[in-house]
Amino acid sequence: MDLENQKRVLELSEKYGPENLVIILGAAEGEAAGLAAETVTAGDPTFAGPLTGVQLGLRVYHVCEEEIKSEIDPDIYDEQISMMEMVLDIDDIVSEMTAIRDEFCKY
Amino acid sequence: MKSVITWASYVLVHTPDMVIANGSTQTTERIVNPNSEYLQKLPKHIRSYESALSYPPNRCYIGDITPAQLGAMEQPYYENGIEDAERFSKFGEIMPEDEFYLLIQACDSFDLVFLEENFVKTTKEKLSKHPLMREDILNRIKNGVSKGEIERFINEEHAEGLYIKGEAVGFVKRAHDVDPNLSAHIMLENLVSKASSVLSLLHTIDKSGIDPSEIDYVIECSEEACGDMNQRGGGNFAKAEAEIAGLMGATGSDLRGFCAAPAHAMVTAASLVKAGTFKHVIVTAGGSTAKLGMNGKDHVKKGLPVLEDMVASFSILISVDDGVNPYIDLDHVGRHTVGTGSSPQAVISSLVLHPLQSANLRIPDIDKYAAEMQNPEITKPAGAGDVPLANFKMIGALAVKEGQLERKELNSFIEKHGMPGWAPTQGHIPSGVPYVGFAREALMKGEIKNAMIVGKGSLFLGRLTNLFDGISFMMLPNTGVEEEKQFDDKQLKSMLADALRKFAQSLGGEGE
Repeated sequence: MDLENQKRVLELSEKYGPENLVIILGAAEGEAAGLAAETVTAGDPTFAGPLTGVQLGLRVYHVCEEEIKSEIDPDIYDEQISMMEMVLDIDDIVSEMTAIRDEFCKY
Repeated sequence: MKSVITWASYVLVHTPDMVIANGSTQTTERIVNPNSEYLQKLPKHIRSYESALSYPPNRCYIGDITPAQLGAMEQPYYENGIEDAERFSKFGEIMPEDEFYLLIQACDSFDLVFLEENFVKTTKEKLSKHPLMREDILNRIKNGVSKGEIERFINEEHAEGLYIKGEAVGFVKRAHDVDPNLSAHIMLENLVSKASSVLSLLHTIDKSGIDPSEIDYVIECSEEACGDMNQRGGGNFAKAEAEIAGLMGATGSDLRGFCAAPAHAMVTAASLVKAGTFKHVIVTAGGSTAKLGMNGKDHVKKGLPVLEDMVASFSILISVDDGVNPYIDLDHVGRHTVGTGSSPQAVISSLVLHPLQSANLRIPDIDKYAAEMQNPEITKPAGAGDVPLANFKMIGALAVKEGQLERKELNSFIEKHGMPGWAPTQGHIPSGVPYVGFAREALMKGEIKNAMIVGKGSLFLGRLTNLFDGISFMMLPNTGVEEEKQFDDKQLKSMLADALRKFAQSLGGEGE
């Protein structure tokens, strides 16, 4: 995850409390989504950014996961995301995200 | 009047020592973690010139093999080099690092670049054999300095070293004692961009056969900034490069837009020609030292050679209609506007669907799309996936959504209308333009009936806006010079007389 984004996630979790934060990802691949999810739960796996060694354990979802999709107005989802849903390997993303949440999510 | 693409040159420079010395991933690592395992392992993952020369995506960039031929080759590419690969090719060449250092010095107008005396002697002999190195360019190369002088400037005067196999053979000194915009680091970065662009310009002049004095204007579209502390991005790379390339009748300017800049520049150049402002405009861009070895950590970790060891450049000549070369369709240009939005769906709709709709075309009507043409062998190990493939998938998926394609046809669409990526990850370089040379040829041979070039750019990197950006255009075959309707005096007089007669008759009629 981009170092600047890590910094923002850290600042927001300090300001609002990690229990009040949900991270929504738009990564194009399971592996990339998994890495970002790991960063905001178990800490930066590349040991480069502000989240290195910081286990925030945040709730984190990909925008195409059912938990988030069901929260979005279907018309807007169709207009903004449905094309990408066709392109992405959703099963792979869901399994990556679920595995990370099961292991590291604290909330 | 049409604006045609007369020629496109593509050049690579193999810069293994610059990967270590100047790539931003490495310079950052040396500050943050100077004893890191990565920095220790890195030199073992550096490729030889021969290996870079035979590397299939590089052969494709310089036009030695087509994208289709590349797609048929065995992967990983780095283990399946092309035998007997030659330095020079149809679109350009792959220059070795030592000769490039001399070219950098030839492009230095402020006595900032110094090279070791023996290195100059041996390398100048090599560079003199280069078919495009004119006498006046070679004469700009200075006699060398001693090794002691080089060490002193690197160690005591904040100079940036120039290395061959780890040994200092020269340096670029700072152009100002205090101003960070003229530091040795920035000067080296800008001189590399300038020199690599000049090399592409020389190839374009040579291969297009145009008299260099006929070039009216140069648009430079790299991602570098030149200027001092009072005008940090003042420019003008374009004119500085035109000077060395010998384009004495040209002026020029720089156009910026991150990775989308080359496509913006193409549309601008074509418009200048179509408007009749200029007859011959060159769009050019040099390469980037900062991006060398950008994903090196992942390449080293996964046991790959560091594949981002190429400085890349291109120059495209856009001219008045000759009735032969393919033209740029300026009536149906795609644009990502401020109001478009940043979701991939909105982006692809604005760049692909909307211009096609305005031309009464459908997505499958375009034979070949070229968007972000990065070599996936570089990006996949770094977790960024196959970028060209992702683009073709998105274009295909949009066609499905629009009812222009059956969902089951999506994979065959990608195969038919897409192509594998081959461009080095040099930011602006992969963005649509690497295909322009191939598209020009395929259109002239009648192998395709049209192509769409899509430039996309991430503006957030400049921290001034979160907006995305992009611009796209179609390349179409030339069906001959259109005869413009012209009237001679006699015709005009007779038409006027005719109109007046009819007018008088109508007045008379009203009176009756």
